[in-house]
Amino acid sequence: MNIIVCIKQVPETTDVRINPETNTLIRDGVKSIINPFDMYAIEAGVRLKEKMGGKVIVITMGPPQAEAALREAISMGCDEAVLVSDRAFAGSDTWATSYTLSCAIRKAAKEFGGYDVVICGKQASDGDTAQVGPGISTHLDIPQVTYVKKIEEVKDNTVKVERMTEEGYDVISAPLPVLFTVVKEINEPRIPSLKGMMRAKSAKIAVWTAKDIDADPKDLGLSGSPTNVVRIFTPAHRTGGQMITGETGEIVAKVAGLLKEVITG
Amino acid sequence: MSIKIITEKCTGCTLCVKTCPFGAITVVNKKAIIDLHKCNLCGACVPACKFKAILLEKPAAAAEKKDFSDHKGVWVFAEQKKGKVQSVSFELVGKARELADKLGTYVGAVLIGHNVDLGAQELVSAGADTVYVVDEPQLANFLDEAYSKVVIKLIRKYKPDIMLSGATIIGRSLMSRVAITVDCGLTADCTGLDIDPDRKILLQTRPAFGGNIMATIISPNHRPQMATVRHKVFNQPALDKHRKGKIVKETFTASDLSNRTTLLDVVEEVENLVNLAEADIIVSGGRALGNHENFKMLEELAQVLGAAVGASRAAVDSGWMPYSHQVGQTGRTVAPKLYIACGISGQIQHLVGMQSSKVIVAINKDPDAPIFKVATYGIVGDIFEIVPALTKKFKEVLHK
Repeated sequence: MNIIVCIKQVPETTDVRINPETNTLIRDGVKSIINPFDMYAIEAGVRLKEKMGGKVIVITMGPPQAEAALREAISMGCDEAVLVSDRAFAGSDTWATSYTLSCAIRKAAKEFGGYDVVICGKQASDGDTAQVGPGISTHLDIPQVTYVKKIEEVKDNTVKVERMTEEGYDVISAPLPVLFTVVKEINEPRIPSLKGMMRAKSAKIAVWTAKDIDADPKDLGLSGSPTNVVRIFTPAHRTGGQMITGETGEIVAKVAGLLKEVITG
Repeated sequence: MSIKIITEKCTGCTLCVKTCPFGAITVVNKKAIIDLHKCNLCGACVPACKFKAILLEKPAAAAEKKDFSDHKGVWVFAEQKKGKVQSVSFELVGKARELADKLGTYVGAVLIGHNVDLGAQELVSAGADTVYVVDEPQLANFLDEAYSKVVIKLIRKYKPDIMLSGATIIGRSLMSRVAITVDCGLTADCTGLDIDPDRKILLQTRPAFGGNIMATIISPNHRPQMATVRHKVFNQPALDKHRKGKIVKETFTASDLSNRTTLLDVVEEVENLVNLAEADIIVSGGRALGNHENFKMLEELAQVLGAAVGASRAAVDSGWMPYSHQVGQTGRTVAPKLYIACGISGQIQHLVGMQSSKVIVAINKDPDAPIFKVATYGIVGDIFEIVPALTKKFKEVLHK
């Protein structure tokens, strides 16, 4: 079974702070990491391989430094890694990104002997759109199951999975090939083994350009992106109100008085 | 497509550095330099430069104007579960009404399901002029491909100008497929939607970079202009039972409705259901809680208040609370009448998910915690002392 995992390198945003004077992001010292949701995708791919045999091919689209994310994925058990990188991709929105990745998956299928499952994290922590996964399956014209929280079984060319819903979950059976986007409930990503880290260090990473993946230049980057950013601004925050001070007893009495109407009203 | 600094005009003032959301510009020897590996060609720096020293060349195709006069109507994908139209869809019909009035056009709603006549009527009451109903037994539950094919066919047939959907699990999965197929842009999780008065196009505003920055996005050369919006971002419109509208039944062939995946079972986990989005009062905990057991203290307060329990990303990532409780940009957006934040510092990604709450009470040890900037009432103190005291006090006050 050949499994393709798509990942993205993102800034470690939990520590992003704003400079209160200029209202801009303080980016100094912000690390790049694998999108947290993609860690579950990598783990899901590696576990499927361990059960079914085959290979995990990890693909990322990004600048040259995204190679570090691919090496980390190899250390977790991915077998092949591809960096899809080209200046022509700059300014890609979710349409162009999913198109580019779908071209790369088609090429990977040729190079590595087809694919059965494509796995993505449910969304990236920097863009938060959750659109690229389903975008890829649409470009590839394969079925999709989003928000997968459990892969139950693989049998006779179909996979049974559980898809998270707002109320619980759906049980869905999907024919292969299929694309899954996965949520954090699906697994606990492993810590890379020493052997894995050694392998990652020396692994060869393929670098593919727009030409290599046979993409139509008009569908790439900014010209392939239907959406454009026209304005960027700092959000207006609501202003703070009243501070309640005193001994604990006084504080809770004041708060209870202030809130009684809100609660009962 | 290219971007460059006109070195002769650049004064090294760093205005562009501050504007760049990608951190791609640095000033070296009093001249700005753009790192093209980081630059996303978004163009935010161009108007920021007072000296017109940044040149962004767009390809001719992007500048070309297309005629979209045959595209009319502001559409909403009306999401239903068990035949009941979801509240986010009504919120969007309310917003669509406002946008349609600005454009002088109609509001359309697409309702796919089985036995959904009542829902169609309700959508009219909320402000829809035309409801396109696709009622088939096999469409009772959401199916990615079948629903996409229906929406795509209707878009191609009626050519709406704008298409909105809730940023729900269904909405995000469905609209992504539709947007690719009809070759349109899709802006996720918009917090603001408006019409540009001159160009008559949809201005879609959403948080970017974890909510630190807002970006306004347009899709001028494609129709429909598509966007998803989270629950509770817009208000519920008042329902007018006497409002009249057209209900158009659309029929589809079996092949139109084919779907490669099979839905085997729908499981509801009622006990674990946290209806944060619907709750009137939310008691939420953050990093300062320290472990899962301490959330019991919040549950006790929540029980007295009839509230739901929320959690910050820090608490969820630490494994203290399940993801279904998470409030914030990567969790739920909530807007209850009362939000009590206990030991939450107030990372911006959390604030964007709760700052529309009517009254916010923040309890935190750190007087400089950003949460106090949005709090209606702020208490600097130890949550382990104040929360139990509040629980006790409210028990008395509310006679429980």
